[in-house]
Amino acid sequence: MIVTATALPAGGRVAASFKDAVIAAVVALAIAGPMMGLQTVTDIGGLSIVQRWPLVFAAVAVVFVGRLLLNIFVWKTSTPVTGLFKGLKLAPSKSLNLGRYLGPALIVIAVLLPTFSGRYVVDLGTLVLTYIMLGWGLSIVVGLAGLLDLGYVAFYAVGAYSYALFAHYFGFSFWICLPLAGILAAFWGIVLGFPVLRLRGDYLAIVTLAFGEIIRVVLLNWADFTGGPNGISGIPRPSFFGLEFKRGAGGFADFFGLDFSSDHRVIFLYYVILAMALLTCAIIMRLRRLPVGRAWEALREDEIACRSLGINTVSTKLTAFALGAMFGGFAGAFFATRQGFISPESFVFMESAIILAIVVLGGLGSQIGVVIAATVMIGGFEVFREMAEYRMLVFGLAMVLIMIWRPRGLISTRTPSIFLKARKTIGAENISQGHG
Amino acid sequence: MSTKEPLLSVRGVQTYYGKIIALKGVDVDVHQGEIVTIIGANGAGKSTLMMTICGNPRARTGTITYNGIDITNMPTFEIMRMSIAQSPEGRRIFPRMSVLENLQMGAATIGYENFDADLQRMFELFPILRKRQSQRGGTLSGGEQQMLAIARALMSRPKLLMLDEPSLGLAPLIVKQIFEVVADLNKTQGLTVCLVEQNAYHALKLAHRGYVMVNGLITMSGTGKELLESEEVRAAYLEGGKH
Repeated sequence: MIVTATALPAGGRVAASFKDAVIAAVVALAIAGPMMGLQTVTDIGGLSIVQRWPLVFAAVAVVFVGRLLLNIFVWKTSTPVTGLFKGLKLAPSKSLNLGRYLGPALIVIAVLLPTFSGRYVVDLGTLVLTYIMLGWGLSIVVGLAGLLDLGYVAFYAVGAYSYALFAHYFGFSFWICLPLAGILAAFWGIVLGFPVLRLRGDYLAIVTLAFGEIIRVVLLNWADFTGGPNGISGIPRPSFFGLEFKRGAGGFADFFGLDFSSDHRVIFLYYVILAMALLTCAIIMRLRRLPVGRAWEALREDEIACRSLGINTVSTKLTAFALGAMFGGFAGAFFATRQGFISPESFVFMESAIILAIVVLGGLGSQIGVVIAATVMIGGFEVFREMAEYRMLVFGLAMVLIMIWRPRGLISTRTPSIFLKARKTIGAENISQGHG
Repeated sequence: MSTKEPLLSVRGVQTYYGKIIALKGVDVDVHQGEIVTIIGANGAGKSTLMMTICGNPRARTGTITYNGIDITNMPTFEIMRMSIAQSPEGRRIFPRMSVLENLQMGAATIGYENFDADLQRMFELFPILRKRQSQRGGTLSGGEQQMLAIARALMSRPKLLMLDEPSLGLAPLIVKQIFEVVADLNKTQGLTVCLVEQNAYHALKLAHRGYVMVNGLITMSGTGKELLESEEVRAAYLEGGKH
């Protein structure tokens, strides 16, 4: 239907447009009739149906006129309006040094953020940084090793519950539990990794999706141990080298001679996650230059070639799963200590989808892309909170637009890990789309 | 060629894909310093033989020994670390990684102490790769990709180089160039080469010895010259071709 009509003569074009618009209007009537025309309202003695035909008429009219205009001016015209967007498509990446300058600039902004903004922004920053860290963790599995993982939230949950349960049953502190949470998550990453070693693409995605659900359902139903749907509350907050953020003697404020303020803890948590995220970033950047990182990327490119070069694909995949899961576990432990309360509700599939969307929108394998995508998605989502459901609409539209204009993610250039002379990035147009 | 133990020896190997038999008991010897070619039509089992030597798929019966060690049941990555290198069918370079990174992957098993020297050696063998070094592998032409695949295999300093259809889809001139490099490596460095080819004329001219494979069985063997002159080989693989 689209663009095919450019060869039609002008008269035939209008007639075809009109016919198409009529069909669209009929479809709109069929859909809007029952869905918009009839509304159930609670009435005395049960439900009753209210008819709203003017609304249906309006909807059909909008569809008809809109379709007709679009047909005439966009789809079936000899000079399509979409031609204007051609220039926007895959703008050749001049942003070669984006990482070099933008990265440090963002770090400086992130470090100084609490000094010039209020509690709300710092809180939001903490949330965004949590997702950045999750995005980086997942980018090991999806972006570098090319293993599509739809159940990443499972490791986030393992991390969160590890800390919550250790604190609940043994009274361990956050700083002891943080590495434990990472190790346990990495362990579960390997547990997931083993059965899926031979799977790729769609099949792998389905199994990881199931894994994510299994973890959630176990947490939900093992009520004696995990608290079930009630979750775990009263999770201890982290201390600052043994100083707790509490009122009165022995607290953080008292020790440093400050007036007590609940903002201290918020800012402290912000710096904790900032440090954790930066550490994650540094580790991943380093890993990419190590043999294991290159093996991940080679594995994403061609598994058979990898084997024929003597690369142990089993251990390569397992390290990708384990390390990706470990960072998810760290982020989970942080999430638990920040919230003070966790329940299986926080670890639904939607979370996996959001994290995956951050990685994909940011550009598979791009570190800075994840930062931008997480800031836009999580930050933007919070900023437009007043818009209620409409933000979902805007959000969806934004994602579609990004995927049209930058089909390989916001930052789609890939900097090779070795050079003989000058650094060169590989342009987006040369990078094919990911293969699951 | 020599009376010594062969470097690679395949004895009575049978390989199956599920229930379908692909190799029906194959015997092949490759001696140190030789170029051995295995020719045959599509589906004869040439590539299966090469993959079986690499342990994927595995031989169901028979033994494969390399350098006196039984490698029949070793995992692929361990076989590939025993100074065997393979340039797989269809080249299989890493399309989104740069030429340099591709070469770097080739050296993954031996470490990077001599990486720079090896890299220069490859650039001398295939000068075009020097020009293309920071280009993405997938943007190279077919011939350049084949050169990259061979160079990548050579980066691990192999004793035995296994080439699976290096001439596939390449212009005759490029094929000639690649075969010349292989012959040169064999002559100057004593590299042992096992070459699987459909391009029988070129392969037999290059090779010291050759095997003809039909339907999962070796039907003929002999020196390259003998096979080139043999009536059956000419009838089956050379008529209508170059000769």
